[in-house]
Amino acid sequence: MSNEPILQVRNLHTTFNTDAGVVNAVNGISFNLDKGKVLGIVGESGSGKSVSAYSIMRILTDTGRVTEGEVLFKGENILNYTKQQMHEFRGGRISMIFQDPMTCLNPVFSVGSQLREAIRIHTDRSKAEVQARALEMLQLVGVNEPQKRLKQYPHELSGGMRQRVMIAMALACEPDILIADEPTTALDVTIQAQILELMQSLQKKLGMAIIMITHDLGVIADMCDEIIVMYAGRVCERGTADEIFYNPRHEYTKGLIRSIPHLIKRDEAAKGQNGAQVRREKLVPIPGTPVDLLNLPKGCAFASRCENAMKICLSEPPQEVWVNDFHIAACWNNVKKMMAEEADKKDGDIK
Amino acid sequence: MSTVQPLVDVRGLKQYFQVKSGMLNKLALKAVDGVSFTIDKGETLGLVGESGCGKTTVGRSLLHLYKPTAGEVYFDGKRVTEKNIDSFRKDMQIVFQDPYSSLNPRMTVSDIIGEPLDIHKLYSSRRERSEKIAELLTLVGLNSEHATRYAHEFSGGQRQRIGIARALAVNPQFIVCDEPVSALDVSIQAQIINTFEELQEKLGIAYLFIAHDLLVVQHMSRRIAVMYLGKIVEIGNADDVINEPVHPYTESLISAIPMPDPEMARHKNRIILEGDVPSPLHMPKGCPFRTRCRYATAECAESCPELKDVGEGRKVACHKR
Repeated sequence: MSNEPILQVRNLHTTFNTDAGVVNAVNGISFNLDKGKVLGIVGESGSGKSVSAYSIMRILTDTGRVTEGEVLFKGENILNYTKQQMHEFRGGRISMIFQDPMTCLNPVFSVGSQLREAIRIHTDRSKAEVQARALEMLQLVGVNEPQKRLKQYPHELSGGMRQRVMIAMALACEPDILIADEPTTALDVTIQAQILELMQSLQKKLGMAIIMITHDLGVIADMCDEIIVMYAGRVCERGTADEIFYNPRHEYTKGLIRSIPHLIKRDEAAKGQNGAQVRREKLVPIPGTPVDLLNLPKGCAFASRCENAMKICLSEPPQEVWVNDFHIAACWNNVKKMMAEEADKKDGDIK
Repeated sequence: MSTVQPLVDVRGLKQYFQVKSGMLNKLALKAVDGVSFTIDKGETLGLVGESGCGKTTVGRSLLHLYKPTAGEVYFDGKRVTEKNIDSFRKDMQIVFQDPYSSLNPRMTVSDIIGEPLDIHKLYSSRRERSEKIAELLTLVGLNSEHATRYAHEFSGGQRQRIGIARALAVNPQFIVCDEPVSALDVSIQAQIINTFEELQEKLGIAYLFIAHDLLVVQHMSRRIAVMYLGKIVEIGNADDVINEPVHPYTESLISAIPMPDPEMARHKNRIILEGDVPSPLHMPKGCPFRTRCRYATAECAESCPELKDVGEGRKVACHKR
C-alpha cells in the first residue's frame, strides 16, 4: 500500500475553446508521483506544463476543459469531486505556488490575514491557535521579523520574501503534494538559490511530494528525482534525472540540452594567443519555431523541427516505450535505436 | 593590457536619479556610481549582476540615453558628449530586452528597419532602401518577404531578430545588448546567441552584453564585469572570473547558478547569501556588499574598497582580497 504512488495521472487531455478554434494544450499525458519525491516537468512556453498542473488542481479558466483522462489521488479520481470536495482538497491535500508572487497575493490584505485565512478554511482552530500557526509558518520559511511581517502588506516585501510567504501559505495545512509553477523564474540568482534551498529543506522536513514546473534545466537538475520533458502537450520522455541528462532518448530533449550553454571549466577553456577572443563551441539551436497547438500534426509534434525525422514520424504519433526500468521515451528514433541494439544482441548470441 | 586604443572607454561613469521621498525631501538614487571599463574592437564584455544593480543603466547612460551625472565616455578616442552624441549614433546602437515593447506596433518591419536608414540618409533611391532592408533581414536570418508585415505577426525570437536588424541598419561598430535573450525560450535563445556571434565574426562588432544568466554570459564574452549596487566589484577574463571568482559576491553569485547537470548539482557547495540587496536609496556605509558578506569586518564599514589590480588583467574591489 505504501508503495502506491500518491498521484496518478492517466491519459489527461485538456483543450481550450478560443475564437480561433480548439487549442489542444494537453494531449494525453500520464505519470505517477511517488510519496515524498520531487518530480520536474520541463518544457518551453506552450508545451502544456502549466496547463497540466491547472488541470490537476482544476483551476482552468472557463474556456478550458479536461476532455479525457483521470487524476487519481490515493486511488480516487479527483476529476469527479464536487465543488465542495474540491474546495477542501485544494490547499488541504494539494497546494500550489505560482511564478509571480506579487499577482498571487492580494494587495489589499495584510500577509497575516491571508495566511490566517488559508489556515482557518482547512482546520478547526481557535483564533489564537490560528495566529500562532501563521507565525510558526513564517518562521519555518525563514522570514525575518515574522511578528512584524504579519502586519505588513505584500507590496512592502521584496520578491524573495513574497515567494516565502506564498510557500508558507501553501504549506500551512501540511499538504501531501506541492505544485510549484516556475517558483523562481521571477527571482534573481542569489534569491533563487535561497528559495530552492528552502524548498529542499522543507521537503525533507515535511516529507511532501513536489511537482516542479520550470523551463530552466538548471533548476530541474538541482531539484528533481524524476523528470518529465513535455512538448506540444505530450510527454517526450520521462525518467530519473541522470537518465534524462546523460542518456536522453528523445530528439527534443537532446536538442534542449545541446542548446543551452554549459559551464566552461578552466582546463577546457583553451586560451587564445595574446588573449585574443577565444571562440567557444557553438550552441546547437533547435531549428524552427514551436508547434501551432490549433493544428497539431498527425504524427510526432516535434517532427517538423527534428533533424532525424523519418517517414513514420510524420504519419504516426510515437508510442511511449520503456528504455530501461527508470526511463520512458516517446520517439521513433529511440525505437529504431533499441531495435538495432536488440538485433545486435541476437547476432552476438548466435555467434 | 594592449597598447591598441580601446573602442569604447568609460571613465568614472555616474548616473544618479532624483527620487522624491516625503513632501520636500529629495534623495539621490545612485544607480551607477563610478564605473570604468574599456571594450576593444570586436570584443564582447559581459556585464552581470542582479536586478537593480545598475547594469541596464550603465548601457543606457553610456549611450547618453540618459544624461550621465558625471564621468566620461570615449568612442574611438573621441569624447562623447551631450552635444555631439548624434554623430556617434551611427556607430553605437542598442538591442533591448523586451522584443514586444521595443518595436512600434503601428509600423511595418520595413519602416522599423528603414527608420535609422532614413535618419542617417544611408540610401540614394527608394530601391536602394528596400534592397538594404532585404539585405538586413537576410543577415539576421529572416525572410525579405517579412518586410511588409507588422511586429505582432512574429514570434518572440523573430521580433528580437527585427530589433537586431534595426541596430545593424546603420552599420555600427558597437552594440549594447541589454538582456537580449532573457525573454526567449531556451531553444530560441540559442538561435539568437548564435546570430550575435556570427554577426561579430562577419562584421567585427563589439558588444556590451548585459545579462543575468552567467552561463550565457560566459559563453558570449571574453571578459566579464560583475556589478553590485552601482559599482563594478570584479572584472576580468571570463573563464577566470567564472571558475575562480575572487570577490565574495562573485563567489556566491556563481555558486548560486543552477547547473544543468545532475552530477554537478549533487556535489555543489552553494554559498547562500543572507537577506536581500539593500535599497540603493539607503546604501550601507563603506563596502556596499558588507551587509551580506561572510568575510566582512569593521574595516569594511569604514571605507569603500577601490578596484585593485590582482594580476592577469583582473581587478577586484574588496578589502579582504
